[in-house]
Amino acid sequence: MKMSLSHFEFAILFALVTSVVMGIVTKKTDRERIRYALYCFACFVGTLFGLGWLMYFGHR
Amino acid sequence: MPAETKQPKEPMPPLKLWAHIVAVAWLIPGAGHFLLKRRARAAILCASVVLMFVLGLMMRGMLFEPQTGDLLTTVIYVGGFLGNLASGLLYLLTVWLGYTQPDVAGHVHDYGTKFLVAAGLLNVLAMVDAFEIAVGRKD
Repeated sequence: MKMSLSHFEFAILFALVTSVVMGIVTKKTDRERIRYALYCFACFVGTLFGLGWLMYFGHR
Repeated sequence: MPAETKQPKEPMPPLKLWAHIVAVAWLIPGAGHFLLKRRARAAILCASVVLMFVLGLMMRGMLFEPQTGDLLTTVIYVGGFLGNLASGLLYLLTVWLGYTQPDVAGHVHDYGTKFLVAAGLLNVLAMVDAFEIAVGRKD
């Protein structure tokens, strides 16, 4: 079985799993962990869109 | 401006307190937390690392073998190998059961290779967390 997704889907999957682990290992309470995981995920997705637009304009 | 006070370096905790925890945490992702009775965290860490690794395999990612040569080759291949090795039993089973893939060009394979290394790096984070809990620096 081979998995084939788009760049965006791969990056979202990566961001999701990484954010969960970073939330768990860096903070002390469950509330802080959830907030930090959401923050990390938002940063990943924000960077993804930022770099995407940068490449779009750089490629024109 | 006040002079910076240098923090005294924390002494290394006794090896018997954390060595077995870190070793088990390396071999089986999340098992260190499980031994420390943090079962929910253990399950989430295990699921995350295993998911990342299995997705990497399903994308036909490559497992690095240590190679030396110029600086960049050494950093990429030895670093990648260490990253893969940090997945513990997942890496060892993959190699022993012959699921290693050749290095093929293409974005899917490339993402797979990154996912496999990232799984190992996430396990390193879990090992460090288990160490800190074992020595009492963190709850």
